[in-house]
Amino acid sequence: MNRKQKKTLYRIVAAAALLVGAALAGPYVPGPRILVFLIPYFTIGWDILWKALRNIKNGQVFDENFLMAIATVGALVIGEYPEAVFVMLFYQVGELFQAVAVGRSRRSIAALMDIRPDYANVERNGEVEKVDPEEVAVGEIILIRPGERVPIDAVVLEGSSTLNTAALTGESLPRDVGPGENVISGCVNLSGLLRVQTVKEFGESTVAKILELVENSSTKKAKTEQFITRFARWYTPAVVVGAVLLAVLPPLLIDGNWTGWFRQALIFLVISCPCALVISVPLTFFGGIGGCSRAGILVKGSNYLEALARTETVVFDKTGTLTQGVFKVTAIHPEGGTEEGLLELAALAESYSSHPIARSLREAYGREIEESRVGKVEEIAGRGVEADVDGQRVYVGNDKLMEDCGVVWHPCRQVGTGVHVAVKGEYLGHIIISDEVKPDAGEAIAALRAAGVRRTVMLTGDAQPVGQAVGEELGLDQVYAQLLPADKVERVEELLKEKEAGGTLAFVGDGINDAPVLSRADVGVAMGALGSDAAIEAADVVLMDDKPSKLAQAIAMARRTLRIANQNIVFALGVKGIFLVLGLLGKASMWGATFADVGVSVIAILNATRALKEG
Amino acid sequence: MMKKKFDLTDLDCANCAAKMEDAINRIDGVTAATVSFIQQRLTIEAEEERFEEIMDEVVRVCRRVEPDCTIER
Repeated sequence: MNRKQKKTLYRIVAAAALLVGAALAGPYVPGPRILVFLIPYFTIGWDILWKALRNIKNGQVFDENFLMAIATVGALVIGEYPEAVFVMLFYQVGELFQAVAVGRSRRSIAALMDIRPDYANVERNGEVEKVDPEEVAVGEIILIRPGERVPIDAVVLEGSSTLNTAALTGESLPRDVGPGENVISGCVNLSGLLRVQTVKEFGESTVAKILELVENSSTKKAKTEQFITRFARWYTPAVVVGAVLLAVLPPLLIDGNWTGWFRQALIFLVISCPCALVISVPLTFFGGIGGCSRAGILVKGSNYLEALARTETVVFDKTGTLTQGVFKVTAIHPEGGTEEGLLELAALAESYSSHPIARSLREAYGREIEESRVGKVEEIAGRGVEADVDGQRVYVGNDKLMEDCGVVWHPCRQVGTGVHVAVKGEYLGHIIISDEVKPDAGEAIAALRAAGVRRTVMLTGDAQPVGQAVGEELGLDQVYAQLLPADKVERVEELLKEKEAGGTLAFVGDGINDAPVLSRADVGVAMGALGSDAAIEAADVVLMDDKPSKLAQAIAMARRTLRIANQNIVFALGVKGIFLVLGLLGKASMWGATFADVGVSVIAILNATRALKEG
Repeated sequence: MMKKKFDLTDLDCANCAAKMEDAINRIDGVTAATVSFIQQRLTIEAEEERFEEIMDEVVRVCRRVEPDCTIER
């Protein structure tokens, strides 16, 4: 409790004591009975009355202060003194409880996101200084001691250690790092001292990006939240109008009991505040987003949480998403020449490419690339590369590239990605590269199906047999192979048309080369964001580690969040509705009405905090 | 266009946060504004040249809607 809340607590205790005193001593005190009750009334309610007056002056008529003021002053007017004091007291208790509960869940959400590094140990002029990470420039040397958090993305110069990535991925899988390797901000250094050189500014580092993303998530609101805001806008005025009608019509038309109906109208007013809804629904979504980020799932807005919960079709990219993305050369089939010769030529031609296939070719080649032998290089997306090697035009790529340059080629019987090599229109042979399926990919597809996802599709630029083999191994519904990046967008658009109206389509990729598809899908999910900020930017949902099974977890958490939000809406509206009807019938008490207002808020807030939980 | 965040102190009621957000969004020159009751924060996107002027108006509007709450500029 903060100071303000403590003050309110003291006032509540004092007012409660004064109320009891007034009730006991009332009969013995001379003068009008109202006077002894006004003491506790003002003790507990002066600020409400003051705020009500001030807000009316500012043109804010229908706020809760006004409603409480009218209701209790009304009760005093008709002679229900203890009730007036009690309602005010109970209202304050509820407000206090509410403030404490919201404060607590706000703090636990903040604690979830407590991955912000507080300082960096920078080496400057031969001395180590502790500074704010924001003040560290790119290229400065920092020290990271065991137990400290990596403040900024950097590369290790000296030392080796184990990093705990739990804060980012939700799983405490230690990562070994040594000289030359990258360390990602937000991880905790577990064992050795590391001397690292920063490669980014703090603001551009992974941890800052993640924090910004989660903090901005409240700007994208779910439909449920928008509904609540719209609802609140007309609910209060409508109930106030209802209260006026209730005070006037029944006595005129039915029984002439002005006092009795006036009392019912006051009760109506007490119920008219939409606070329970207005707090609890956004709090639920925020808690859901917080819980997800603890599990290593970053969601950029509650609208995406809502869309995730309704996932009907999941489209996967293959490489790096369902498969490891680590290609290995498994066979070399030269036409005439030697195996080494073919591999050397391919490795040289691919020497500048960052494509995983190029990397595996260079790895298999194993020797230093003599860059002087390579001339002009041209990468052709979805096909391969053309390069000048030793003065000759070399073509390295897939079937399509061979067709484009008019070379007679033949396919391989072995499953895998075939990389053909041709020089000056002559076919030299092919190299087979294969990729391994991720260990949890099969489980991920099964879990998605169990969660009610109706269709699982895989898109790949690879050859049909390769795609098919992976698709069958994992039990996917459909596989589209041999796609260029542009074809992927087209396929996703077709799939978007085929799904049912209420459902959504999620696309899962590794964030490399698939930005257009990520943005076209209802929910773009990027995977393995550790180390790729392109993925963090392009996607709506980011899975921090590269496990496809996290998607099923994300969907489950999104569904639970939505369920809790709906429970709160139904509960709050239900209870208020019941009391409004009771009020109409003249059967509601002031005490009950106060519960319907503050009691419901508190229960809804407590329910909302369940969304924080992981799992 | 400029986007900035401001912390809010003593923002005590969720409905007031919604009303503040509504009022700020209606100010001329404001492209988008969100008031997060949970984070106690205002995120505002507005014309860059007139930003200070717009913020003055934001403070004025908020004082009217929820006088207890202050914007930390």
